[in-house]
Amino acid sequence: MGNELIDKYVLFRHRDVENIHQIEVYRANDGYRALEKALKEMQPGDVTNVVKASGLRGRGGAGFPAGVKWGFIPKDIYPKYVVVNADESEPGTFKDREIMTYNPHQLIEGIILTCYAVGAETAYIYGRGEFAPVFRDHLQQAVAEAYRHGYLGRNILGSEFSMELHLHLGAGAYICGEETALLSSLEGQMGQPRSRPPFPAVEGLYAKPTVINNVETLTNVPPIVLHGSDWYRQYGTEKSPGTKIFSLSGRVNKPGNYELPLGTPIRYLIEECGGGIIDGKAVKGILPAGASSAIIGPDKLDTTMDYEAMAAAGTMLGSASFIILDETVDAVWAAEKNVKFFKHESCGKCSPCREGTFWLVNVFRKLREGHGTKQDVELLETIIEQMKGNTFCLLGEFVVPGVRTSIDLFRDEYEALAVAEEETTPGPAKDLIHTFF
Amino acid sequence: MAWTEKEQQELDKILKKYPPDRKLSAVLPALYLAQREKNWLDNDDIQAVADALDIPVTHVHSIIGFYTLFRKEPTGKYMVQVCTDLPCALRGAEDFYRRFCERMGLPPTGGTTEDGLFTVESVVCLAACDKAPMCQINLEYFESLTDDKIDQIIASFREQAKIQQ
Repeated sequence: MGNELIDKYVLFRHRDVENIHQIEVYRANDGYRALEKALKEMQPGDVTNVVKASGLRGRGGAGFPAGVKWGFIPKDIYPKYVVVNADESEPGTFKDREIMTYNPHQLIEGIILTCYAVGAETAYIYGRGEFAPVFRDHLQQAVAEAYRHGYLGRNILGSEFSMELHLHLGAGAYICGEETALLSSLEGQMGQPRSRPPFPAVEGLYAKPTVINNVETLTNVPPIVLHGSDWYRQYGTEKSPGTKIFSLSGRVNKPGNYELPLGTPIRYLIEECGGGIIDGKAVKGILPAGASSAIIGPDKLDTTMDYEAMAAAGTMLGSASFIILDETVDAVWAAEKNVKFFKHESCGKCSPCREGTFWLVNVFRKLREGHGTKQDVELLETIIEQMKGNTFCLLGEFVVPGVRTSIDLFRDEYEALAVAEEETTPGPAKDLIHTFF
Repeated sequence: MAWTEKEQQELDKILKKYPPDRKLSAVLPALYLAQREKNWLDNDDIQAVADALDIPVTHVHSIIGFYTLFRKEPTGKYMVQVCTDLPCALRGAEDFYRRFCERMGLPPTGGTTEDGLFTVESVVCLAACDKAPMCQINLEYFESLTDDKIDQIIASFREQAKIQQ
């Protein structure tokens, strides 16, 4: 049961209990007991308080304390909504898909508890369009079972509390993982972010108070409510309590999802869980938060995977999607892949992101095709400097740390590509302008 | 196009998910429904979605343009989308994709096969990075692929198409 670092899985309970996706099996293994406990013994505010006390932080990337977020919901405005972010689109992240496929009831129970805590009667799970089979074959069945057993619908378990849970699929847009863009999309608009304030807690879906949390975040809620905050805090660190799912990919022998206590060293994830690097090669770089990451080098392998330590190491934990580069990987190629991703996914709303990613892709292409000059490496640095802090939403500048750290860590590889003669005209090269028109 | 009776029922069911004055929320599910039959949307389909939701047809066009999963041009019966994003590419997905395109008789960038059965393209992350190389075929996941495995899958879709004819 569990793994070497946790006795029993908190989130990936399907790895301990076979067929836990079936409601009978889930119920026979403490399933929906937290909900029964909440409806019988707890006021809504008590649920928020235990989640606050647990220190559970948002698992979508920002790490904001979930209970505190719920506390922002105004009491006297109705209706209220809970929206679950299942847009999982960050390259390297594939944890929510596993939860929804194999342990859907724990997520559903978490959603119901959240609705009870904040007084919402309607919840939506917004999944990326590519999750259509996950929704159709797994989540939809689980939701239907929950309705049949009286955990959803009118007067849940004989209480005064009623709620509806709906599934909604996006249609292919990374930006919809940004919470205000997700709301625009759910309202039937293009998925473009909105300005904040007003924050979704006050004016969210249909301009009503809305809690938005990630799938993994809400999957933590039933065990917290059932076993209490002290139990939850047995794992993790003081400021980053609990377990977390780490999605490990790239040049390791055993890529996959690993649930570990927050605060576990990166080295453990790569060597013990991932079985080390393919062909015994050396680690060259680590992207701890997918394509959005500042890259860190092998000197940071003993950093612990919690929000604070990762920030101190110059990067972030984000959604904990660890993409591992080994010594065989061309650093400029890897950076270009991510830059292309961000150009492809720019929503077009603000010019620093829309134009910035366009120019980055062009300069990378020029370098990689052998026409680069030293000025082009500087041009990359100028472009990201101009993007930094100037994009409309956070996702717009997610391209910046990867390029910045790639140049800082592997500058020799960039300079090795700057083979062409220096250009005499200042500003962007003519052939770059040409491609724009 | 006119909605079939079954589609109309599904549409009504979709609309119930959203507040009565928020029909616009149903635009993505309605587009999926309109696209289901032939895998792409013609002007009649787009108009039908606009009419069903009481929204301007230009809005429906802007939605189709914004999201990647809707298509205004005919495509193959089967959309084969191979992920070649960084995590998959680190496990050989780019070479896998090139070889696959070659065996399908397509240029390295993909395209539609001559018989019109398959449209092959490379796409960004599909949240299956640990099982690279991988692809979706009409959004169904196929993971931990090898050249042989994908060839067999393609062969089985060819069979399926033959039977349906």
